[in-house]
Amino acid sequence: MTLIQLAGVHKHYGDFHALKGIDLDIRQGEFFSLLGPSGCGKTTLLRVIAGFEGVSEGSVSIDGRDMRGVGANHRPTNMVFQSYAIFPHLSVGENVGFGLRRDPRPREDKAKAVDEALEMVGLSGYGKRAAHALSGGQRQRVALARALILKPKVLLLDEPLSALDKKIREQMQVELIKLQREVGITFILVTHDQEEALVMSDRIAVMFEGEIGQMDDPETLYRRPNSRRVAGFIGMMNFLPATIGQKVSQMKSRPAPPPGPDNRGLLQRLKDIGRVVPPAPKALPEYETGIEVKVAGLGRCIVPPEQIPDRVGQGETIVGIRPETLSILFEGETTQRNIAEAVVDEVVYYGDMTYYDVRVAGVEKPLTISMKNLIGRPVLDVGVRTRVAWDERSLVILGS
Amino acid sequence: MRSLRVYAVLYLLFLYAPIVLLPIFAFNDSAVISFPLSGATTQWFTGLADEREMTGALRTSILIALISASFATVLGIFAAMAGTRSDFPAKRPILGLIMLPLVLPEVIVATSLLIVIVQVFGLDPGAWSIIVAHVLICTPFSVAILNSAFQNLDPALEEAALDLGESRRGAFRRVTLPLIVPGIVSSFLIAFTISLDEFIIAFFMSGNTTTLPVYIYGLTRFPGKMPLVMALGTLLVAASIILLIAAEAMRRRGLRRAGLKDTGGFL
Repeated sequence: MTLIQLAGVHKHYGDFHALKGIDLDIRQGEFFSLLGPSGCGKTTLLRVIAGFEGVSEGSVSIDGRDMRGVGANHRPTNMVFQSYAIFPHLSVGENVGFGLRRDPRPREDKAKAVDEALEMVGLSGYGKRAAHALSGGQRQRVALARALILKPKVLLLDEPLSALDKKIREQMQVELIKLQREVGITFILVTHDQEEALVMSDRIAVMFEGEIGQMDDPETLYRRPNSRRVAGFIGMMNFLPATIGQKVSQMKSRPAPPPGPDNRGLLQRLKDIGRVVPPAPKALPEYETGIEVKVAGLGRCIVPPEQIPDRVGQGETIVGIRPETLSILFEGETTQRNIAEAVVDEVVYYGDMTYYDVRVAGVEKPLTISMKNLIGRPVLDVGVRTRVAWDERSLVILGS
Repeated sequence: MRSLRVYAVLYLLFLYAPIVLLPIFAFNDSAVISFPLSGATTQWFTGLADEREMTGALRTSILIALISASFATVLGIFAAMAGTRSDFPAKRPILGLIMLPLVLPEVIVATSLLIVIVQVFGLDPGAWSIIVAHVLICTPFSVAILNSAFQNLDPALEEAALDLGESRRGAFRRVTLPLIVPGIVSSFLIAFTISLDEFIIAFFMSGNTTTLPVYIYGLTRFPGKMPLVMALGTLLVAASIILLIAAEAMRRRGLRRAGLKDTGGFL
């Protein structure tokens, strides 16, 4: 069920065109993220939904109601601000209960609601404390409790984790996901951190310069980015020039898999003793049909037609390939994948992983490869010749 | 290093020695202002109460200072809100013009105001015109103090209040106002102090109204009254110091409440 609908939303600040025609449907109960570099309009979009900013053009509706002329104080949305905006002159309890003033319930019920909200965010017994004495993580919990106590239809989160240090941030990510499932409220998160968006969201809209570049679930966004901008923003990606050629049909370069284990039952095998068992039919040569792609530095491959987006035709193009889908072939290792010769240019050791930058013939920029540091695997030195294994299935065809 | 220390000591002497002399002679029982001191007395202080004219001037001064400080602070709140919250054409020049009286010579302000009041409007100057002029010179101080109070205020706080269902007025009353109260008090105290001991404008505009500084100036013509002036001066210095300390304490308390670091102030 669609809860929030934006249609053709534009926002101008003087000459600055902050939002350029945003169309968006956010479903009830969804964890939705607006992801993009700073200045892309994601915070503006959130503030438009919250009612802090009007729209220059287009419409916003929440729960089937047009929000034109409805102020922030009358919308079924609540916000967790980037600075948390905890009222410094009030206690924690007074902060959490701030929005209950117009609530007709008797005082004791409100106090109980405040206690419950504090318990939900793990701050039981903090009600009497002064707000300005809290740590960053605690402030954020207070901001969450203060918003959720009003049972909004939508909770808006403006970079809520960016002020926290790494450990607490990761812990809060998990807590936020749990909380969202528990309360079932639609969350809209604004973030510039692609990892955070991937970890937390059901769907992500990637924004650039006031427009949505791609809107998809995290896996699709990571595996099949629709443009170089999106591919470069989400995770690491190597970009290579390539040429898309004709549709071809050729014998599979990879040998057919060896026959499976003898899976006749013991009884059957005993029965078969002495019989003439007809030999298994000889495997026919397998053919593959696909489109020929020549990738600079890596070589030629055949990719299935469905891997090439409709908008990309024959000719010059850019392909992306993720560092974790490439691998270094160490001494003695073999592969059934495609192989390219390379020279190690740079080694960055991360403990669990090693990142290699390698040079391949005919490509100016080195390719980045990430390798798990498995037992017995050496860390190569700069300047060593090596081989890179790659797979046509991991090519992301981006168009020129 | 040594010469620097000597310089610092001389500098402080130059600044404060005359002020230190005030209480010394205020408690001296000779009517002549000169060393050596003859003996201690508090008769000059008790004598002050009998000076009818003086108590009248004091009352006038306090009244003018109260009214001027109130107007200056209210105008300061408006200007600081406009300066920190909204954007409008020619914002910087306008705010600059508001601050200009800070550096404008008071003689010029006094003369030109007098000309406008007497020549242009044909009115008699009096307490009201002193108030008008004092509002003019106090407002920049109020704006400066309140500007910092508003700048230290996270604009998200007011938005958060709106977001939690408060009206604009409710958000101002429940969030903004409590957080800028220290700034308001501090602005009021500073403006009050400035108005209380302002002389040039009060002198030019006095008409029938005599403020305390103007009265003290008049007293200096009567050598016999000098010890009284000393006693009065001592009280004024004490009052000024107390007011300024109170203003600064309020300013710091405001920062603490908002959970902010001190970035300097008047003291």
